[in-house]
Order: sequence, then structure tokens, then C-alpha cells
Amino acid sequence: MTAAQQTAKLKLSGVKKSFGNNHVLQGIDLEIPQGKSLVVIGGSGTGKSVMLKCVLGLIAPDSGSITVDGQETTGLDAHARDKMMAKFGMLFQGGALFDSLSIWENIAFGLIQGRGMDRRQARDIAYEKIVAVGLRAEVGTLFPAELSGGMQKRVSLARAIAANPEIIFFDEPTTGLDPIMADVINELIIKTVRDLGVTALSITHDMASARKIADHVAMIYQGRIVWHGTVDALDKSGNDYVDQFIHGRAEGPITDELKTAHKAV
Amino acid sequence: MCAAIGHTIIQLFRSIGALCLFISRAVTHVFVPPYFPRLIGRQFVDIGYYSLPVVGMTALFTGMVLALQSYTGFTRFNAEGAVAAVVVLSITRELAPVLAGLMVAGRVGASIAAEIGTMRVTEQIDAMTTLSVNPLKYLVAPRLIAGTIMLPILVLIGDIIGVFGGYLVSVYNLGFSPVRYLTQTWDILEYMDVMSGLIKAAVFGFIVTAMGCYHGYNSKRGAQGVGTATTYAVVSSSILILIFNYILTQVFFS
Ligand SMILES: Nc1ncnc2c1ncn2[C@@H]1O[C@H](COP(=O)(O)OP(=O)(O)O)[C@@H](O)[C@H]1O
Ligand SMILES: [Mg+2]
Repeated sequence: MTAAQQTAKLKLSGVKKSFGNNHVLQGIDLEIPQGKSLVVIGGSGTGKSVMLKCVLGLIAPDSGSITVDGQETTGLDAHARDKMMAKFGMLFQGGALFDSLSIWENIAFGLIQGRGMDRRQARDIAYEKIVAVGLRAEVGTLFPAELSGGMQKRVSLARAIAANPEIIFFDEPTTGLDPIMADVINELIIKTVRDLGVTALSITHDMASARKIADHVAMIYQGRIVWHGTVDALDKSGNDYVDQFIHGRAEGPITDELKTAHKAV
Repeated sequence: MCAAIGHTIIQLFRSIGALCLFISRAVTHVFVPPYFPRLIGRQFVDIGYYSLPVVGMTALFTGMVLALQSYTGFTRFNAEGAVAAVVVLSITRELAPVLAGLMVAGRVGASIAAEIGTMRVTEQIDAMTTLSVNPLKYLVAPRLIAGTIMLPILVLIGDIIGVFGGYLVSVYNLGFSPVRYLTQTWDILEYMDVMSGLIKAAVFGFIVTAMGCYHGYNSKRGAQGVGTATTYAVVSSSILILIFNYILTQVFFS
């Protein structure tokens, strides 16, 4: 194995972040090899989105190290960070489409405004991506408010891949969609990751989606990664937190700790 | 008690620091390329053109009421001749810039805060950053430029409409001679009267857009966050306008 293959594409070690007394991330350790798809599962409000935003530099972590291709990203200056950003694509939880721009302008936004590409050329790429995510080309001139939730997610995906990123983050890509549309999005994610050869980090609490798109799965609980393994190992993890979560049981260590926490208050 | 006061004071200085940092970074982006002429153009229309009716109406009725009030006051001293002077000086030096500033704070400041605040809470600002576009350059700088340039233009138009309002009342209601009213207006007016009003207007335009952007940009999460940001934007820019109006008047006329 060469050295390049051994360094993880993305690596987090000991990443911590608190908002006042709310200690959201308490030392996250994660590693994703080049070209693999890691899914992080965990309940609502456990800091999954905050973790992604720390990697993207949208939120500054309090401590810890985040490396991309072996290069440290925390504490970069604005210029170096911009360069680093070009490696990332992100599908936001709520879609985060620009509602004052048409669909094709949304998808071409990073190309035109971020990279100074010619409008016409960027427009062609945008329409290519619209078709690639399974939408009709006519959608291009509509505005985000005119699309359904599922269509907005597809546009978001198109925007995230428009600039050919090396690493893509998917923040709850299937939340709020019906099961069929959710599966369509799953298929799109798998296809994107395979076709573009990107490294993917997804976040979800939808187990069907996790099983479908993951090579590796990690579970986040109380600000730490409590389990990490391949998707096949998920059912025999031997971890009580994972077992409760993947079977969606009301009884188990997660809810027990909630109850004791409530009693303490 | 002491701790509470100390905490409040520290909090105050921290907010002022954050505001100054935000403004200085945004202003840097005004001067450093790339520029976004399309966006600046759109803000000219949004901030300038669409504020014309509000500012025009305010100036018209202010000019009219000034003529009426000063006439009733001045007849007591047989000084009706001063009506034209009072109207034109009050309008150009004080009332047009301040009232236009306050009206624009309500109209433009609020809508900027709501728009940018909504973009903040729906993660559109985060999305912009991940697409390698700096939101301060793309969203804030064009608004600052448009506010600072458009408000003086609005005020200049307001000056003319305001004087015209005073003229209407004086001539058609109070029986002044049209020619004499206009000559009196023209004779009393000095370059600095108009210019000081326009400089004030530029400062007020900057204040309104900067406060709208700042509060929107730092909007707390949820619909309530956006509502609060909007209120803060209007209240803080209105108060700053009144404070800076005093400071600038002191600088110009002392
Ligand atoms: N910008 C912020 N300021 C303060 N608290 C935040 C911020 N972002 C997230 N939080 C808090 O961090 C916790 C985790 O949020 P998040 O990462 O969005 O959860 P999820 O795992 O559902 O994505 C929540 O308690 C949330 O209130
Ligand atoms: Mg989340």
C-alpha cells in the first residue's frame, strides 16, 4: 500500500465544541478513507450538524484537529480556507437553496460567483446536473419555492456536486421525504459517490437510508463516537446504544440515561 | 448587583466590538475585488427607487406644515417674510435628511434585516460560504454601497419636494407672492446648507444598511430570531441616526 492510500481523506481527532454550558461535541474521533461512504447515525440534537459545520469551518471548534488529505484545516487563514472549501460539497439539512435565484442559478452559483466561470458555460453545466439528478430541464427556470421538498433536495444535491467536489457531506438527506422519494435520493447519492469517486460523509437517523448508502457506520452519542464499524457489522455490534437506536426501541440505555438525567433535575 | 452591572457593561462592549469588526470587514469588501455590479444595481433600485414615494410624501407634507406653523408663529412678530427662509433651511439642513433617514430605516433597514436574517436561519449564508462566496462581499457590501449613495439622492429630491410643499401652502393658502417667495428662498440658501444635509444623508444611509445587515447576519435561530433582528435593526438605526445627526450638526455649524 502506498502512503497516499494510507492517509485518511478526512480525519477528525478530539474535536470539541460547546455553546455556553451546552457541551455538544466532547471529543469526536472519525476517519474516512478515500472514496468510501461513512454514515454517522444518532438522535436529534446530538451535534451531528455541528460536527459537519466544524469541518467546513462554519463553526470554529474549541479544540481538536481536523485534517483533509493529511493537511490540518483548523486555524487556516481565509485564503487557504477558500482553497480547502473547493474540495467540499454540502447538502444542507433544509436544502438551503437561495430563494431569490432560479434553480439553474442556484446550481451554477458556486461556479459563477465563487469561481468566476462564464455565465453561459456555468448554465450548461447546471442543466447537465439538473438532468443528472433526475429532474426535467424545464425546472431550471423555476424558483425554489415552486418545488416540492423532494425536488428541492435534488436541486441541493445538484448544487453540491456542480463544482466536482472531492468530499461531499449529506446532512439528513432523506428526512421529511416519503419512503419512495427517500429511496430515490438514496439511489442518487450512491450513484453520485460511485460516478464521481468522491468520499462521502452522511448524517441520518433513517436506518434504511444508512444501510443503503454506507460502507462504514459510526454512532454519535453524547458528543462522542460510541461505535464505529462496517455496515455489515451493524447488527452484531454488541453495543447497546447501537442496538437500541437501530431497532428504534423506547427501552434501552439511551432512554434510561435520559430518565436519570430528568430525575437529577 | 455589582456583578450584574459588570456583566452588562462587558456585554455592551463586546457587542460594540463585534459590530465594529463586522463593519470594518464589510467595508474592506466594498473596496476589494471581485465586485458585483448586478447586485449593486439591484440594491440601487430596491433601496433608492422604491423609497422615493415614502420620502417624497414625507418631504411634501413636512414642507407644507412648516410653512403653516411658521406663518402662524411669525405673524405674532410681523415677521411673515421669514417663512420661506424657515422652510428651506429646516428642510435642507435637518428635516429632509433626518426624516428620510428614519423612513428608510423603517422600510429598508427592516427588509434587509428580515431578508439576511432569513438567509441566516435557513442556512443559505452557510451554503454560500461552502460555495466559496463570501457573504459579506455578496450580501453586505452591495447594500452598504447602495445605501450610502442612494440616500443623498433621495434627500436632494426630498429637498426640492419639501420646498415645493412650503411654496404651495404659502402661495395658495397664505396668499404670498410666488415670485417673492421663490426669491426669498433662493437668496437665503447657501451651498453648505444643502451639502451638509447630503453628507448627513450619506452617513444615515450607511447606518441604516449597516445595522440591517449586522442584525440580519447575526440573527438567532428560528422565526423569532428574524423578528427580533428586524426590530433591533430599525430601533438601533433610528437612534444612531438621531445621535449622529446631533454630532454632525455640531461639526458643520459650530
Ligand atoms: N449556532 C448555534 N448556537 C448555539 N447552539 C447551537 C448552534 N448550533 C447548534 N446548537 C446546539 O447544538 C446542539 C446540536 O445541534 P445539531 O448539531 O443541529 O443537532 P443534530 O444532531 O440534530 O444535527 C443542539 O442542542 C443545538 O441547540
Ligand atoms: Mg442536524
